[in-house]
Amino acid sequence: MIELTDDRTHEGLREAKLAQAAVAQEQHGHVADTNTGISNRKLLMWVFLASDCLFFGSFIATYLVYRNESLVGPYPNEILDIPLTSVSTFVLLMSSLAMVLALNYVQKDKLGLARFWLLAVVVLGLGFLGFQVFEFMTFVDEGLTIHQNLFGTTFFILTGFHGLHVFVGVLWLLGMFFAHSRGALTSRSAEDLEMAGLYWHFVDIVWIVIFTVIYLIGYSDGEGVKTIEHAATLIGG
Amino acid sequence: MYGVTAFLYFLIGGVEALIIRAQLAQAESDLISPELFNQLFTMHGTTMVFLVVMPMSAAFFNWMIPLMIGARDVAFPRLNAFSYWTFLFGSIFLNLSFVLGGAPDAGWFGYANLTGNTYSPGDGVTFWALGLTTLGVASLAASFNFVVTILNMRAPGMSLMKMPVFVWMALITSVLMALAMPIIAVALIQLSLDRVWDTNFFNPAAGGDPVLWQHLFWLFGHPEVYILILPAMGIVSETLPVFSRKPLFGYPAVVFAGAVIGFMGWFVWSHHMFTVGLGPAANSAFAISTMLIAVPTGVKIFNWIATTWGGKLNLNVSMLFSLGFIAMFIIGGLSGVTHASPPTDAQQQDTYYIVAHFHYVLFGGAILGLFAGGYYWWPKMTGKRLGEKLGKWHFWLMIIGFNLTFGPMHWLGLNGMPRRIATYADGLGWEMSNAIASAGAMLLAFSVLLFIINVIRTISSTQESEDDPWDARTLEWSIPSPPPAYNFARIPQVKSLDDFWYTKHPELLHDKRGEEAAAEPDTHGGGSIHLPDMSYYPFITSIGVAVGVAGFMDILVELPGTNIQFPWLTTVGIVIGLWGLIGWTFEPVSEEGGH
Repeated sequence: MIELTDDRTHEGLREAKLAQAAVAQEQHGHVADTNTGISNRKLLMWVFLASDCLFFGSFIATYLVYRNESLVGPYPNEILDIPLTSVSTFVLLMSSLAMVLALNYVQKDKLGLARFWLLAVVVLGLGFLGFQVFEFMTFVDEGLTIHQNLFGTTFFILTGFHGLHVFVGVLWLLGMFFAHSRGALTSRSAEDLEMAGLYWHFVDIVWIVIFTVIYLIGYSDGEGVKTIEHAATLIGG
Repeated sequence: MYGVTAFLYFLIGGVEALIIRAQLAQAESDLISPELFNQLFTMHGTTMVFLVVMPMSAAFFNWMIPLMIGARDVAFPRLNAFSYWTFLFGSIFLNLSFVLGGAPDAGWFGYANLTGNTYSPGDGVTFWALGLTTLGVASLAASFNFVVTILNMRAPGMSLMKMPVFVWMALITSVLMALAMPIIAVALIQLSLDRVWDTNFFNPAAGGDPVLWQHLFWLFGHPEVYILILPAMGIVSETLPVFSRKPLFGYPAVVFAGAVIGFMGWFVWSHHMFTVGLGPAANSAFAISTMLIAVPTGVKIFNWIATTWGGKLNLNVSMLFSLGFIAMFIIGGLSGVTHASPPTDAQQQDTYYIVAHFHYVLFGGAILGLFAGGYYWWPKMTGKRLGEKLGKWHFWLMIIGFNLTFGPMHWLGLNGMPRRIATYADGLGWEMSNAIASAGAMLLAFSVLLFIINVIRTISSTQESEDDPWDARTLEWSIPSPPPAYNFARIPQVKSLDDFWYTKHPELLHDKRGEEAAAEPDTHGGGSIHLPDMSYYPFITSIGVAVGVAGFMDILVELPGTNIQFPWLTTVGIVIGLWGLIGWTFEPVSEEGGH
C-alpha cells in the first residue's frame, strides 16, 4: 500500500487516477472511433482554420500590393502609432497565455481557476478591441477613412475583419463562460474549450502577421511613387 | 435535394443558353436587346458553374461518400443541412435579380472595373457579388464536412489507399474548395464594399488596380475548374472498371495524378491573363506550368483507356457516357494545350475558340461525367433503373447535339468571332457555323427532354432493381438499394481495395486475404444505431446568413447624427443567424460518434 504521507504523493495519485479516467473515457468515447484519432469537431476546426488562412492571406496580399500606392494622404508614416499598437498587441498576446492557462486548469479539473482565466481571456480580448476602436476613431479624426485612399481602404478592412474575428471569439468564450457557470464542466467542455483555444490562438497569430506587415515593415510607408518625374521631384526635394 | 435543385438550375441555365443561341443563329438578329444578352451570358455562366456543376457534384458526394467508405452518415448532418439551405437562399437571391432591377451583366468572371459603380450602375452586379458570397459560405460548410467525413469516418481497415477513386477525388475537390472559396470571398467582399461603401479596392481613380481582381479571381478560378472536373473524373474512375469487368488500371497513378492536379492547379492561374501584359517572365512561367499540368491529366486518360483495354465491355448508358466523357475531354484538353502558349493564346483570347474549349471540358467533361454517375447510381439512390433504350437515345442525341453546338465554335473562334457579342454583321463568313451551332443546341435541349421523360417513366414504373444491378466493386452496392436511413446495419471490415468485389469473388485474390474476408464473421459496429434528430436550427441560421448578406443591398439607413450608412437588414440577419446558432449549440445533441 502507498502511504499518503505528504501532499505530493497525494497529488501524484490523484493525477494518476485522472489519467486512468481519461484513458477509459477515450476508449468509450467517440475520440477513438475516428480514423485519424482526432475528433470530428476538432478536425473541422483545423480545416476551417486552414481555410481562414487563405481568407486573411488574400486581404494581407491586397494590403501588400497596395503599399505605397495611395495618391493622397494621410499615409502610414504620418498616422501609425507604434507604441500604442505595441501595447494592444501585448494585451492580445497575453490573452493567448490566459487561454493556455484556462485550458490547462479545465483539463486538471480545477474549475474555479479555469473560469477565472477564461474571464481573463475575455477581458483581454475586449481590451484589445477597445484599443482598436480608439485607434479607428483617432484615424477617422485625422482624416483617414475607408474612402480616403488605398491605405485607408486596405487598412480598415483588413484590421476590421481581424477585429471581427476577435469579437466573435469573445462572444464564443462569453457564451461558454455563462454556459459553464450554469452547468458542470465535463471532458466534453474541455474539448469545447480546446477548440475555442485553437481559434483564439489562430486569431492571435494572424494579428502577429498583421502587426509585422502593417506596423513594423510598413511604418515608414508614404506617398506612392507614380511616375519617373514624380520620383525625381521626391529625390530632388 | 441538392441534385434536384441543381437539375432545375441546369434547366434554367440551359434555357438561357438557348435564348443566346437563338439570338446568334442569324446575322444582325434583334430577337433580344444587347443588355438582356449581357445578362443572359453572365447568368448562364454563373448558373452553370456555381448552381449546377458544383451542387450536382456535392449531391453525389453527399450520397456516395458515406456509402463508399462504410459510414452511416456524413460527419456533420446539420452542417450539411445548413449548407444546402444557404445554397438555396443564395441561388434564389442571385436569380431574383432578374425581376428586381436587372440581372448581373458583367460576365461570369466580373472583371473590375467594369463591375464598379461607374460602369455598372444598376443593382445587378451587387446581386451577383453578394449572391456568390452566400454560395461561397455554403460551399465552405460543405467542403469542411466532406474533408472531415473522409478523413475520419472510413470503415475499419479502409486506409487512404484502399478508398475508391471517387472518394479520393471528392477529398481533393473538398480541399480545393476549402482553400479556394475564401479567396473569391475576399475578392467579392472587396467588390461589394467598393460598390456599397465606396472603398477603393478596384478604383483606378484612387490608384486601385483592376488587375488585382483578375489575380484574386483566377487564383480562385483555376482551382475552381478542377473543383468542377475532378468529381466527374472520380465518377468515370468508378464506372469504367465496373463496366469493363476489370480493376482500374494503375490505381495509385490515378490517385496520385489527381493529387498532383489538385496541387498544380494553384500555379497556373495567370494563363487566363496572358494578354494582360504581365511580362515575358511571368507568361513563360505560367505557360510552362500550364503545359505541365496536362501531364497528370494525360496519365489519367491513359489509365482509363487501359482499364477498358481487353475488358468485357458492358456498353450500357452509363458506360457510354463514361466513354463519351473520355473522348470529349481529350478534345477539350487538346484545345486547352494550344492556348497554353502565350502567342497562340493572344490570337484566341476572348474568341469563340475559348468558348468551344471550356464547353468541351465542362460540358463534354463534367456534365457527361455527371450523367454517367447519374445512370450508374440511380438504382442505388432510388432502387429503380433508368430506362436503357431511352437512355441510349439520350446519349447519342446529346453527343451529336453537343458536337454540332460546340464543334463549329472552334472555326468561329479561329475566324475571329469574339465571344460575348450580341450580334454580328452579315458577310463575315460566320453565318453557317452559327446556324449549325444553334441547331445543335436545339438537339441538345431535346436530348435533355428525353432524359426528363426517362426519369418520369422510371419513377412511375413499378419495376424494382436488384441491390447490386451492375455486379459492382465498391461498398455502396453491398447494402440494399435504396439504402436504409442508417446505411450500414453492420459497419463493414475492409481488407483491400474494391473490397466488395473480392468479397463476392474471393478466388480472384491470389492470396489468403480473400478467403479471410469471406470467412471471417463481422464483429464490428453491431451495436445500437444512432440517427441524428431533425433540427430546424440550421435552416434558421441559413435564413440569417442570407438576410444578413442581402442587407448590404441599397437598403441602408443613415444613422442619425453621422454619415454612416447603416445596413439595418444585416443586423436583422445577424440576430436571426445568432438565434439559429445558439439554438443549434444548446440543442441537446446525441449525434456524436454514431453510437
